[in-house]
Amino acid sequence: MKQRSRYFLIIPPLIFMGLFYFYPLASIFSLSFAPQDNTPFKGVEKLFSSTYYVRVLWFTTWQAALSTLLTLVLALPVAFVFARYTFRGKDLLLSLTTIPFVLPTVVTAAAFSALLGRGGLVNTVLMQLFGLEQPVFRLEHTVWFFLMAHVFYNFTVVLRLVGGFWARLPGQVHDAARMLGATGRVVFLRVTLPLLAPAIMAASLLVFVFCFTSFGVVLILGGPRLATVEVEIFRQAVHLFNLPVAAALSLVQILFTFGLMVAYTRLERRTSVALLPEATPKRTALTLGPKDRLVINTCVCGMAVLLGAPLLALFIRSILTETGVGLTYYLALFENRAQSILYVAPAVAILNSIGFALAATLIALILGGLSSAFLAGAKARPAVLLDPILMLPLSTSAVTLGFGFVVALDEPPLNLRSSWVLPAIAHALVALPFVIRSVLPAWRSIPQSLREAAVMLGASPWRVWFAVDWPILRRALMVGAVFAFAISMGEFGATVFVARPQTPTLPLAIYRYLSHPGSLNYGQAMAMSCLLMLTTGIGFGLLEKLRPASGNF
Amino acid sequence: MKLKTIAIMLTLIGLTLHGQAAEKKPVLTLMTHDSFAVGKEVLAQFERQQGVTLKIIKSGDAGAVLNQAILSKANPLADVFYGVDNTFMSRALKAGIFMAYASPQLKRIPDDLKLDPGNRLLPVSYGDVCLNYDRKWFVDKGIEPPQDLDDLLKPAYKSLTVVQNPAISSPGMAFLLATVGRYGQSGYLNFWQQLRANDAYIANGWTDAYYGQFTRAKGGTRPIVVSYASSPSAEVFYSETKLDDAPTVAILAPQTAFRQIEFVGILKGTRQQELAAKLVDFMLDYSFQQDIPLHMWVFPANPTVPLPDVFIKYTRQADNPVMLTPEAIEAGREKWLEEWTETVLR
Repeated sequence: MKQRSRYFLIIPPLIFMGLFYFYPLASIFSLSFAPQDNTPFKGVEKLFSSTYYVRVLWFTTWQAALSTLLTLVLALPVAFVFARYTFRGKDLLLSLTTIPFVLPTVVTAAAFSALLGRGGLVNTVLMQLFGLEQPVFRLEHTVWFFLMAHVFYNFTVVLRLVGGFWARLPGQVHDAARMLGATGRVVFLRVTLPLLAPAIMAASLLVFVFCFTSFGVVLILGGPRLATVEVEIFRQAVHLFNLPVAAALSLVQILFTFGLMVAYTRLERRTSVALLPEATPKRTALTLGPKDRLVINTCVCGMAVLLGAPLLALFIRSILTETGVGLTYYLALFENRAQSILYVAPAVAILNSIGFALAATLIALILGGLSSAFLAGAKARPAVLLDPILMLPLSTSAVTLGFGFVVALDEPPLNLRSSWVLPAIAHALVALPFVIRSVLPAWRSIPQSLREAAVMLGASPWRVWFAVDWPILRRALMVGAVFAFAISMGEFGATVFVARPQTPTLPLAIYRYLSHPGSLNYGQAMAMSCLLMLTTGIGFGLLEKLRPASGNF
Repeated sequence: MKLKTIAIMLTLIGLTLHGQAAEKKPVLTLMTHDSFAVGKEVLAQFERQQGVTLKIIKSGDAGAVLNQAILSKANPLADVFYGVDNTFMSRALKAGIFMAYASPQLKRIPDDLKLDPGNRLLPVSYGDVCLNYDRKWFVDKGIEPPQDLDDLLKPAYKSLTVVQNPAISSPGMAFLLATVGRYGQSGYLNFWQQLRANDAYIANGWTDAYYGQFTRAKGGTRPIVVSYASSPSAEVFYSETKLDDAPTVAILAPQTAFRQIEFVGILKGTRQQELAAKLVDFMLDYSFQQDIPLHMWVFPANPTVPLPDVFIKYTRQADNPVMLTPEAIEAGREKWLEEWTETVLR
C-alpha cells in the first residue's frame, strides 16, 4: 500500500481517540487549571512544597517495575511449556489463567486474605498442625501481598503474548543453529531470546503500565501507607475536590508513561525481525518422554498454586455456608428479599455484562486492527509518535477521564453521559492498547518478501492479504479479543465514574452485595463472583472457537 | 460453526440493546450514589401518579457523584439529586447547583435535621456511623466488650479494632469527624496517636474492614469495627439461618457516633421543575419514607413513619451523637485529613 493511502487506516482510531480521550481530557484539564480567584494553577504549588509526591511517584515506579519483573520470571517458563508442548487440558488451562483478569479488586483481595491472611486457610492449617500461637505469614499490609496479586492478575498477559509468539517461531532457525554446532543454551540465548524480544517487551510494557496505575489492589492488600499516584489522584479529586492537584498529578502520570512508551516503541521497532512465522504453531511429537512430562507437570502444578488456589478459595466460599456445603448463596441470588429496584436477576446481569463486553471487543478489534495495520508499515517518525499515543488510555487515571466525560460529552450529538454506549466506549479505550500490543508484533514479523512473492505469482492485493497476512494475524487478533472481552467483563477503567442507568453488570452486582452487612450478602457476592468467572470462561471458549482449530493461542 | 458463533454473539448484543427504545412518557432523571435503593412498588407508584418514567443514574460513591454534579452544572445530568450528606453539604451549596424548594412535606420533618435554612437541600434520611462489636467473640473470650471510644485505647483491646481510611472511605471520614467532635481540634490527634499505638488496623473501605478483618468475616481476626447503627439489623435481615438475636452490637453511647444526614435537592437547570418538585415531595412523603429503612439501612427523616420489625428490635439511635456544622466540616476537612495521615500513617 502507498504511504499516503496508508494514513486512511489511522483516521478512524484517531477520531475515536480524539472524541473519547483527548477531548474529555482537555476539557477537564482546562477546567482544573482555570484561574480561581485570579490565580491559575491554584493549589498546585503544594506538589512541590514537600518530597511527599516525589516519594509517591518513586514508589509507584518501583512497585510496577518489580511486579513486571516477578510476572516475567514466573510466566516465561510457563510460556515456554505452552509453546513447546501439546498436552491434554491445555486450552482449558489457558482460559483459566485469564480469569483473574476480570475479578474485581475487592474480590481478589478477599480471595488472597482468605488464603494467606492472618486468619486465612494457610495460617490456620499451619497453626493447628504445629501448635503455633501466632500466624506464620503476616503479609497483610506489606508490599509482598499486593505484588502477589499483581502477578496473579498479569500472568496471563505474558503467557498469552509471549507464548503465542513463541509457538510460531520458525523451527528452521533453531535447527540451523543446532546444525552449526550451537548448544541448547546458546540457541536459546542467541536465537530464541532475541527473536522473542518484541513480544516480551510488549507484554512487559502492558504489565508495567497496568501496575503503574494500580489502585484497589495496592490500597486493600498493601495498606493505607502505600499510595500510588493513582490513589493520590482519587483522594484529591473525589474527597478533597482539589481538581488542580488531581489534574497535575494525572498529567505527571500521563507524561511519565508516555516517555516510557516512546522509548519502548523505538526499541520495539529496532528489535522486530521479519521472519517466516509458522501459520500454525508447530507441534512436538505427541509421545512425551519422562523428562517432558516432568516439565509439564511442574509447570501445571506451579500454576495451580499461584493462580488456581485463590480462585478455588472463592469457589469454596461460595458453596461453604454456615450450615455446611450447599447452594444457599446461589439460590439466594434469584430471590429479591427486599423487593428492591436494585435487585438484579443473575441472568440479566450476565446479559448486560456480555452485551457491554461484546460491543467493547468489537470496537477495540476494529480500531486496534486498523491501528496495527497502519503502524506495521508506517515510516519511523509517525509510528514512534502515534504508537505511544494509542497506548495512553491505559495509563490515564480513571477518575480524571471519568470526570472528563462528564464535562465534555454534555451536548448533542455527543451527549452520551448517561447513555449505555459510554461504558462500552470506556472499556474499548482501555482494551485498544491490548489489541495493538497483541497484533503488532505478529504483523511486523511477516516478511515483505512473502507478500512480494505472492504478487509475483499474480495475486491481487486482497488475495495477498487474505492468503499471507490474515492466517498469521487472526490468531493475534484473537488474543487481543480475549483481553478486550476480559477488560470489559471486569469493568476496568473509567466506568466506575461513568453515570449509567439501570444496566447493572456482574461486577456492579458484586459490589452491591458487598456493601451491606449480613452473611447472606457476602455469600451472594462470592456466588456472583463465581458466575462472573464462569461467564468469562464460557466467553473465552466461544471466542477461541472462532480461530482455526489447530491453534493453541 | 464460526458463522453460528458470530450469529449467537450478534443476537446477544441485540438482546441487551433491546428495551433501550425510548418510551413516549416524559422522563425524569434522578442522580444518586451507588448505595441508593428503594422498593420497586414505591417507585412504580410515583411513575403511575405522575405519568412519568423515572430514570435513575449512578456513578460512584457520595463524593464522586456530587463532584460530577458540580462539574456538569452548566448542563446538568439529571433533574433531582439525592445523596448529599452533611459532610459534603457545604461543598454542594457553595457550588450553587441546587435551587430552593420549600416542600409542603417539610412540616413533618424535625427541625434539627434541616441544616439548610434556604431549603436547597431537604433532609430525607439519617443514620449513625459508630463502632460495632462481635458479641460472640467477647462472650467466648470472657472479655467485657468496649462501651466508649476511650475503651479502644486500653491494653485489653489491643489489636482488636478496625477502622477505615478517612481519606478514601465515607464511614472512615464520619468516624474521624466523630473523634474531632468528641475530643475537639486539640485533642483528636492524641486519640489517634494512642489508637495507633494500640495497633488499630486501618482498612481501605467499609467492605475491606467488615468482610476482610472483622471477626464476623471468615478469616477475620478483629472483633471491633466501624460500621453503622443499623448493621446489627442488617445482620439479622440478611442472615442465612433464622437468628433470634443480632450477632453484632452497635456502640451508641453519648458522643461516640457521628450522625450522617442525607439530603435531596432539585438541580438548577432542570427543564421539568414541577415534576422534579413532585419527586422531592414524594421522597419526603409517607410511602417512600416508610421504605427507607430496609433498603438503605438508615432512619427516615419523618419520625412518625413506622419502622420495620427488624429495625425496632435490633437498631437504636445513638444517644447524643456528634454533630458538626457542614461549614466547620468543609473548612476543616483537608487539614484534619492531612493531620490524620501524618499522625496515623507515617
